[in-house]
Amino acid sequence: MSIIELRGVTKTYNGTVHALRGVDLTVDSGELLAIIGPSGSGKSTMLQIIGTLDRPTSGSVRIAGHDVLGLSDRRLSALRARHLGFVFQQFHLSPGVSALDNVADGMLYTGTPLRVRRERAAAALDRVGLGHRLGHRPNQMSGGEQQRVAVARAVVGDPPLLLADEPTGNLDSAAGAEVLKIIKELSEAGTTIAIITHDSEIAEWCPRQVRVRDGLVLP
Amino acid sequence: MRPARLSLRDVLRVGASGLRARPARVILSALGIAIGIATMIAVIGISSSSREQLLRQLDKLGTNMLTVSAGNTVFGEPAKLPRTAVDMVSRIGPVFSAAATGSAPATVRRTSHIDEAVTGGISVQAATTSLLETLEGTVAKGTWLNDATSRQPAVILGAKAAERLGITRTGVRVWMGGRWFTVIGILRPTPLAPEIERSALVGFPVAEEHLGFDGHPTTIYERSAEEAVEAVRDVLPRTVNPENPNEVDVSRPSDALAARAAAAGAFTSLLLGLGAVALLVGGVGVANTMVISVLERRREIGLRRSLGATRGQIRVQFLSESLLLSALGGVAGAVLGALATVGYAMSRDWPPVVPPWAIGGAVAATLVIGTVAGLYPAMRAARLSPTVALTTT
Repeated sequence: MSIIELRGVTKTYNGTVHALRGVDLTVDSGELLAIIGPSGSGKSTMLQIIGTLDRPTSGSVRIAGHDVLGLSDRRLSALRARHLGFVFQQFHLSPGVSALDNVADGMLYTGTPLRVRRERAAAALDRVGLGHRLGHRPNQMSGGEQQRVAVARAVVGDPPLLLADEPTGNLDSAAGAEVLKIIKELSEAGTTIAIITHDSEIAEWCPRQVRVRDGLVLP
Repeated sequence: MRPARLSLRDVLRVGASGLRARPARVILSALGIAIGIATMIAVIGISSSSREQLLRQLDKLGTNMLTVSAGNTVFGEPAKLPRTAVDMVSRIGPVFSAAATGSAPATVRRTSHIDEAVTGGISVQAATTSLLETLEGTVAKGTWLNDATSRQPAVILGAKAAERLGITRTGVRVWMGGRWFTVIGILRPTPLAPEIERSALVGFPVAEEHLGFDGHPTTIYERSAEEAVEAVRDVLPRTVNPENPNEVDVSRPSDALAARAAAAGAFTSLLLGLGAVALLVGGVGVANTMVISVLERRREIGLRRSLGATRGQIRVQFLSESLLLSALGGVAGAVLGALATVGYAMSRDWPPVVPPWAIGGAVAATLVIGTVAGLYPAMRAARLSPTVALTTT
């Protein structure tokens, strides 16, 4: 069963900049793939469209069986809350908030009570090897640890699809390897994962590569 | 698929988390609201306390006393009350006590060597023995007149009169109408009859005998049952002077105090306006803080959108933040205003009163300000596209 289905997707900014020029992409449930391309290739736009943060200019997008174009902004938000997890290059953790509450906020918009959110957050932090740092704040942790907290936040609600935008871009190679190991474990547990990167080493590490150039997916 | 609702607790948690991250800014912008609310509460509180003080005084003195004085004849000459007037007033049903004073054409001085023109504003009056009871006054020193001392050269001084003559004890003699009178009592202040405070009081018989008093009372004091005051007031002129009821003036001394209480309760609109301006400026400060907050937190907004927050939930987050901010200022201001009221009232020996409606009004005002100040920033935050927010570095 496919979890991502893009058909003839184009995205034009201001009527002149063609970021995507007709992309077809099908990703099956449980896949681990890399979307690779140089900067300006349109891979970030692809991530935004797959992540339902933006709508295509034309074409059809189905995520987890939902036709994105037919959904209101409210319903798209609900789709993101329950089916999607994001990991960003800059972590985007709330300063001054403990790792536990940062992760628990990953389920804030799912209607789960606070007590349950915290229990699940503790489990998710345990899963990324930070079970001993629940009360630490982001500024008390290394970059690698912060990104692991961000991964825990992305998966705390058990979303079927995880989107990672340059997850190791701000990390040294040891910390990057640590994060990739966790991503591998999540993939083995059944989560569909798409990593957006310009690093061919990481791309080779993934079982499937999708190469993007000038707004098109290369065959 | 429908988005889940945030519980009230989560809304408050999220709103407070934005404030916790920037404590200094929160305190400064809440201060504006606090100053406005404190000013208004203090203005209302202090005027209410002053009013309460006057009302309590009024309660203690009673409002059931009427005074009757001789007015003018139709030809503009001073009229006289009949000698029998006090007895007539006593016979009115609801009246339980009546007394009279009459001006005697004499002066009171420490010795005969002092010039007769130097009276110190003290008048010499004949008083009936029932006067003290009717005024509900008390003696500070010595005794009040009785039937025996009313016939003797004995004098009672009002509080002010004693002060002006420099007399602090009884047994002293004063020079009145060409002979010595012995001071046998000094009165405490009588707020409902300030003219008595400035008088030297002697008995009717001795005044007629030695001080050239004609025996006609000039003022009659009476107390009646509270609910019958108006009825008594209506019949007094005819009772006192059946032949010329129009030559009689009736007044209610407590009316003056009641008017002062009403005036004190009407707070200074200028100060209140000043508080309103401070509040307005505080509201603008909160709006400013919120606009800056939205600009600075584009990434956080983008993150929350990616976590599944709807536009409405982002709007609610910033509105609740703005509400919490101004509520913080409101609570601090209400406490400050109440403390200022209590402090001022204590220093004046007034009962401190902060009316609950003022507190309620302050709460309502802060809620309105928080909503109005937060509305525009919240709309801006909700309108941010999730991708724009995420690509901002």
